[in-house]
Amino acid sequence: MSDAIVIGISDYNTSRSPNILVTYALGSCVGISLYDDHTKIGGMSHIMLPDSSMIKDSANVDRMRFADTAIADLVDAMVILGADRNRITAKIAGGANMFAMGGDSVIARIGDRNVESVKAQLNSLGIPLLAEDTGADFGRTVFFELETGKIRVQSLGKNVREL
Amino acid sequence: MITSYTELTADHIGVLRELGNIGAGNAATSLSVLLDEDVLISLPVVRIEDYDAVVTSVGGPEELAVSVLLNFSGEANGVILFLLSMEDAKDIMNILGVVDEEYTSGLSETKISAVKEIGNILGSSYLGSIASLTGINIDVSIPYIAIDMIGAILAAPVVQFGAEDSKVLYIEEVFSTGQRKLNGHVIMFTDVYSLKEILGRLGLEL
Repeated sequence: MSDAIVIGISDYNTSRSPNILVTYALGSCVGISLYDDHTKIGGMSHIMLPDSSMIKDSANVDRMRFADTAIADLVDAMVILGADRNRITAKIAGGANMFAMGGDSVIARIGDRNVESVKAQLNSLGIPLLAEDTGADFGRTVFFELETGKIRVQSLGKNVREL
Repeated sequence: MITSYTELTADHIGVLRELGNIGAGNAATSLSVLLDEDVLISLPVVRIEDYDAVVTSVGGPEELAVSVLLNFSGEANGVILFLLSMEDAKDIMNILGVVDEEYTSGLSETKISAVKEIGNILGSSYLGSIASLTGINIDVSIPYIAIDMIGAILAAPVVQFGAEDSKVLYIEEVFSTGQRKLNGHVIMFTDVYSLKEILGRLGLEL
């Protein structure tokens, strides 16, 4: 039997095959699915903001909320479960501009900034990015199957994408 | 001076509730004129909540919603969000006589423009009444629309204020119309700095 483990906003979790990790309704947030295909251990993070240095009170940072802190912590959690740091690969989804706003407002830019920050973080951790479904102006729900390492991305009124 | 919403007192919350009441009352009057029908508003609720709670407060995260967002900036910064179910959005179009080619699932371009304009009128009357009451200068953006999962929509205003505080403050009212059972939510989000400014104008120190 496989269980579906739901990842909330500013949250992450790890599990192993045959379980499924799910995160609902990503807008400008980004869902990061990390996978070790040898042990079939996976982790999923739902980050909300690009950079924890935005917070003045650095002692009280919620590390799961930011791309720069959450991904590194998630990798550590997967390693504790038995994953090999050097085998971990990534697939990402989200980072939309939900209201299709132009200009430089926080809401208009946050999706792009989240995606950029996630990619920079993956790069600095040496994690290859295998696939992405990011940007545009629609919400996404992501199902991450730890048996196969595939993610299914669902949006309202659109076909399911399998990555 | 307070730095976090959780330090707000019952008096502060009471004043914010009253502001919401006045803002939503004005918006309801505008909507009532548009629809030619009585529009009721609920008592405003001032909530200070974690992100997850905000996103799931109005419905399930994947539920389809029609939403119009207005940014305001100047002496106070924030967002007004008007949320409707797809069914109610279509009903409002019928009341207004916005008729065009039938779409079975979504809304046509014409209807999207009409919903945007309704959100614009509601949000502007809400903010206009708060601005005239407090004497605060604010600029209101053009209306933006999104028709999508409620969780993805609500994350947009939440992220704007998510960096500074672990909680989000919002003032929410529910509109309903007697005969047709329509209902929608109007939610105002703002930051601690703007609250200080708004309450300060009303003689409350933060």
